[in-house]
Amino acid sequence: MRERAEIRLLPDGRRLYLHDGPIDVILEAFGTTSETTSAYDAAARRFVSVLDELCGELSILRQPLTADSRQPVGTVAKRMARAVAPYAARTFITPMAAVAGAVAEEILAAMTGAAHLERAYVNDGGDIALHLEPGQQFVIGLIDDRPDRASLFGTAVLEASEPVRGIATSGWRGRSFSLGIADAVTVLADQAAMADAAATIIANAVDLPEHPNVFRVRARDVAPDNDLGDHLVTQGVGDLTAQEIGTALDGGETRARTLLTEGLIRAAALHLRGQTRIVGFPLHSNTLGNHAGDRSLVHA
Amino acid sequence: MPDDDAIRCDACPVLCYIKPGRLGACDRYGNRDGQLVRVDPHVVLDRALARGASVVPFLEREQEWDGNIVSAPKTFVTAIGAGTTYPDYKPAPFIISSEVEGVDMVTVVTEGIFSYCGVKVKIDTDRHLGPECNLVRAQGEAVGHVTTGEYGSQMLSLGGVRHLTGGSRREGTVTCDTLLNLCNGKAVELKVDEGAAVVVQAGKPPIIDDVLEERMRVGCGSATIGMFAKQWYGKVDEVVVVDDHITGVLSEHQAGKLLGVPETGIKIKGRRSTPGRYFQVAEPGTAWGGTNIEDPLAILQPFKAKIAWPGLRLLMVSTTGEHHAYFELDEALRPVQKDLPTTLSESVARIKENCEPALCTVLFMGGAGGSLRAGVTENPVRLTHSVRDALTRVTCGGAPVYIWPGGGITFMVDVSRMPENAFGYVPTPALVAPIEFTLRLQDYADLGGYMDHVRALASIMPEEGHRHVSARPDNPWPLFPAKTPESQS
Repeated sequence: MRERAEIRLLPDGRRLYLHDGPIDVILEAFGTTSETTSAYDAAARRFVSVLDELCGELSILRQPLTADSRQPVGTVAKRMARAVAPYAARTFITPMAAVAGAVAEEILAAMTGAAHLERAYVNDGGDIALHLEPGQQFVIGLIDDRPDRASLFGTAVLEASEPVRGIATSGWRGRSFSLGIADAVTVLADQAAMADAAATIIANAVDLPEHPNVFRVRARDVAPDNDLGDHLVTQGVGDLTAQEIGTALDGGETRARTLLTEGLIRAAALHLRGQTRIVGFPLHSNTLGNHAGDRSLVHA
Repeated sequence: MPDDDAIRCDACPVLCYIKPGRLGACDRYGNRDGQLVRVDPHVVLDRALARGASVVPFLEREQEWDGNIVSAPKTFVTAIGAGTTYPDYKPAPFIISSEVEGVDMVTVVTEGIFSYCGVKVKIDTDRHLGPECNLVRAQGEAVGHVTTGEYGSQMLSLGGVRHLTGGSRREGTVTCDTLLNLCNGKAVELKVDEGAAVVVQAGKPPIIDDVLEERMRVGCGSATIGMFAKQWYGKVDEVVVVDDHITGVLSEHQAGKLLGVPETGIKIKGRRSTPGRYFQVAEPGTAWGGTNIEDPLAILQPFKAKIAWPGLRLLMVSTTGEHHAYFELDEALRPVQKDLPTTLSESVARIKENCEPALCTVLFMGGAGGSLRAGVTENPVRLTHSVRDALTRVTCGGAPVYIWPGGGITFMVDVSRMPENAFGYVPTPALVAPIEFTLRLQDYADLGGYMDHVRALASIMPEEGHRHVSARPDNPWPLFPAKTPESQS
């Protein structure tokens, strides 16, 4: 049974919810009512065919792309391919590492192409694409990795004058598999798909190879058609000493700094067992309570 | 490639291979013991004596032995939320066995995707909704038409494969939404071309051009004369029951003649059918008796001077008693409206009293295609034969269905007898409706059933993800065998 894409306004009457298969998007546009209405209409129209387009070339997108391989043709798929291209030479990565960010970008592009918006965000399962007119800003809140005891541990103000338009988070507890043990790695980058790919790469680098308390299985043993195939993915992390946590974070931080130097990311926050490393982050101290609700993006 | 024990989910185009105990990429569908299941609540009907709480947590149900040596299972698994395996020839999502009165019964539970489906809507009203055959629209799209009227009711036929798939994409989508909402008991606004706007909701009175319809007519105008002639006799000289279909006139009507009601010289506009019965006294509308008239005198011509007399008492009333007026003729034999005498107000009230509450009723009609039947048996046509032979009982969300004679398994079900939100949709567009086939285990084996997929009722519970609802006392319990074993020998 193929269920139809679900599109509805959330009960607050401001945010639009889009769902199709494994895609869950929450978005919000700021501007005049007629402009936001046009933007929501454009988002919905673009959204309904996104999953079918992606699935049409899923087999390509689940393989590492090389110069010889068949190139994807869909606009979302191309965004994915572009985002992972910088990593292809140095590590195993498939375009699927950027799928959520690419979908967010695509929906945002449809909205800003159809309407004049002051600000907008498209949040695809935690991977967020942003639009900011000159002079506008978003305040982002970062919460702890545990939804059951969520606490904001910092905020970042994103100004239109700065290049950041994408936010993504990766970690082994998420819906996607991770090769590393990071609880969460949040990345700010110029675009959402770039952020998505980079978060995956950095989270994979937060690791303790061969550690007996890290439980790993071949990805295909859990999900036979996953793009990670024979790679070992993290399914559980037992007790770690503070020193081990530090060692794992060191690996991630080193990777993050490299990407920062290359301009692939603008900032990253690495989170493991209550320890946090900040790389290039314009992070403010934990004073979020003062911000107006509609100016805050809470990011899990 | 994929392992043997993984199943392929076809709920969305990702088509995940899912290992046992795992969920797909969406976290909504999973592999439970080799079966594709939705994690969304699955509706299970609990046979409760009263229709109290509509949702019963499983563990709070009465678990103790009730004293019967062989007790019928008090739980029936409906297909709502069961998922479907369309379009593959593979076993239905749930095939469940339970013992009923010593006979092993099997219920094959699936959700069918019905491209061939629609609803028949009966709207209890005399008001004219629009000419027969005219299109019925929802959100501006044609979703069906006005079909032949029935007693006290206007009938709409909505959906069908042509509106679902034969028109524009939007027409199909709107048709699907309209059917879905009607079937799930939600209110839908419909507009008839050259007719009325009507808000339809199963089990609720219709709202026609913003007016809530309260009562269904007691009968046609002529029948009303027949029913109330005795009560009027002696209290009034003439009664006209205004009705768009058949307007009745007491003094000319057979009932009046039998009582010896004298001629009054009344002359009615319209076409006389038989004595005292007139067709087409006005245009159809939403006023008196389903006509377009606001002033009942508009259907009268001048009284015949040779027969009528000054002071003649005339009652005009509609078929529901909702409209009524009382007149007396003046010296020039012109009707002059007066207050209704108390001796007559009783009969008008009685007409109202005999009118049942006006309701909209919605019957879902769908045909079970070959692939759905293939989920029940390896030889789909045998299921059709088994249903024909009454060995297999078909239910829809646990509610009884009427199986249309002839080929296929085309059935109708009253959506108000089904659990809430029993229907879904797919983007084809088509409706998803639950359908259960219940038959004896032996009969199931005989017709080529998937015997290795049969699971005991107890094995699917207690499990999370099941929604327990009380069975409706007015529905027959689905598990009672359609035929006793003796009657088949």
